[in-house]
Amino acid sequence: MDQTMRERTGGRPGVPAAASHGEPTGAVAVAQGVHWIGALDPDLRTFDVILRTANGTTYNAYAVRGRDGVAVIDTVKEDFTEAFLARLEQVARYDEITALVLTHLEPDHTGAVPELLRRAPQAHIYVSHRGLMVLRGLLKDDLEHRAYTAVDTGDTVSLGDCTLAFLCTPYVHWPDTQCVHVPERRLLFTCDLLGCHFCDGRLFNDRVGDFRFSFEYYFEHIMRPFKRHVAGALDLIEPLEIDLIAPGHGPILRAHPRQYIAQYRRLVDPRLRAEVGRDEKTLLIFYVSAYGATARMAQAIHDGASENPHVRVSLYDLQGGEVAPFVNLIEATDGLVFGTPTINGDAVRTIWDLLSGLVDIETRGKLGAAFGSYGWTGEAVRMVEERLRGLRMQVPEAGLRIKLHPTDAELEACRDFGRRLSGHLTGHLSGHLSGSAAGPVAPKEIDMAALG
Amino acid sequence: MAKAKLTFSDVAITVNVPSGTRIIEISEKVGAGIIYGCREGDCGTCLTHIETGSEHLSEPSVLESKILKENLAGRHDRLACQCQVLSGEIKVRPA
Ligand SMILES: Cc1cc2nc3c(=O)[nH]c(=O)nc-3n(C[C@H](O)[C@H](O)[C@H](O)COP(=O)(O)O)c2cc1C
Ligand code: FES
Ligand SMILES: [Fe+2]
Ligand SMILES: [Fe+2]
Repeated sequence: MDQTMRERTGGRPGVPAAASHGEPTGAVAVAQGVHWIGALDPDLRTFDVILRTANGTTYNAYAVRGRDGVAVIDTVKEDFTEAFLARLEQVARYDEITALVLTHLEPDHTGAVPELLRRAPQAHIYVSHRGLMVLRGLLKDDLEHRAYTAVDTGDTVSLGDCTLAFLCTPYVHWPDTQCVHVPERRLLFTCDLLGCHFCDGRLFNDRVGDFRFSFEYYFEHIMRPFKRHVAGALDLIEPLEIDLIAPGHGPILRAHPRQYIAQYRRLVDPRLRAEVGRDEKTLLIFYVSAYGATARMAQAIHDGASENPHVRVSLYDLQGGEVAPFVNLIEATDGLVFGTPTINGDAVRTIWDLLSGLVDIETRGKLGAAFGSYGWTGEAVRMVEERLRGLRMQVPEAGLRIKLHPTDAELEACRDFGRRLSGHLTGHLSGHLSGSAAGPVAPKEIDMAALG
Repeated sequence: MAKAKLTFSDVAITVNVPSGTRIIEISEKVGAGIIYGCREGDCGTCLTHIETGSEHLSEPSVLESKILKENLAGRHDRLACQCQVLSGEIKVRPA
């Protein structure tokens, strides 16, 4: 059994996957003049290393027929080229294809592009500006023989009686992602946005099984780190007239499509109001402590930081909670402090568990700091600081380490550490962390050396 | 040593930097929205719009020019991982 097959059956060579609902035999009509020409991949269990799926996925590609031509929207993963071309051939001749639109150039949607272009060399390729460079990587020297255009929001291509209207929606989840609206048919192609890894031959959201868990799981792991960009995409999408959403994976959303957009909006917006005032910053202190030394430091840092009336400080013992809810807290906070003793030359496991959970959220630019008690080597604090920098957080204060239990003087140093952290949040110190929400004020000026 | 003022307008921060500093050395530390991929001038991810002061940046290398061209970059767009700040006041934001 070859390597790709083994990957697809989730590392169980020879065990065929059971498939939920059969594959449609041909192209499937989706809207007036629009067909699904994608492929089903029921054996897939792990996608992009990080995502799991219990019944596979679909690679959705579409053909849009207008009076003056046919547009193909995306293709499929390379292994499925044959099925894709067979479906395409049922609804269009290759010489009728005038446009090939790529919503982003990830291999699961562009695997059949080279073969399609061999058969339909006249097809004009449309990608976003950021997609051009990836397109060059995909087609190499062949690109020079192709007609292609980089498009942006506001650009349109006419197929005679209908229009492809492009929306530049970068980073959902690749740099080059774009959506395509066909106003005359009230439908929207959304690339991976509003998609999910769910494989069911019945194709439409009102016919497949309940896939809500997949929809939200996909958002959590693919879109959530790009929330800001997803919000930007929703701003463009929400005003459009839409009766049907055609994503790149999973069910086609034809029954109440707006509810799926609304659900994305809910997932992008904070779940619950954090109940903090507009002029208030939040600072979370997480710690683990075996013998109480790091806990006492945490308390003192909390007390010092809390002296600042514009900073709401919270203290959490990581041993008292599950990691996942803390990830939600962290997503909405301005500053984060981690306390850990050094145990066997490392920070404790719970801290690493929480830090590794932060890949799903945007941490860039938040204030970060570390502290902890130690016995003789004390490397944990530095290791945590490195990780915080790796998460693109700003770490303006060198981590605070104290040997064994803190003395009164050392507790005062902890309080002072807390005061300085709050100061960074409210701008009383070098202050650059407080700029982002402040609107059009004069830029804060700092020296490069102050950045550490 | 010659100094320059580099402003990231998306986060409203100005940093005083020595001449020769690359934007990439600073932007992540101040939390600016410029995003990097390869970090070596190959992928075009770090495309950055120079709002003012593009004359104070180093001339694009052959490599940078090629990637800029491939990305249909405008006259005031540069790769943040490549171009160096030389002098004067420069204002940038993610492209
Ligand atoms: C099993 C164990 C391993 C330890 N390993 C280290 C170590 O590698 N380096 C170090 O500096 N301290 C080490 N220590 C000492 C602790 O870091 C020190 O006791 C610290 O004050 C504990 O802080 P806490 O009271 O917050 O748990 C170790 C302690 C224990 C119990
Ligand atoms: S990060 Fe790839 S070109 Fe700059
Ligand atoms: Fe994708
Ligand atoms: Fe995809």
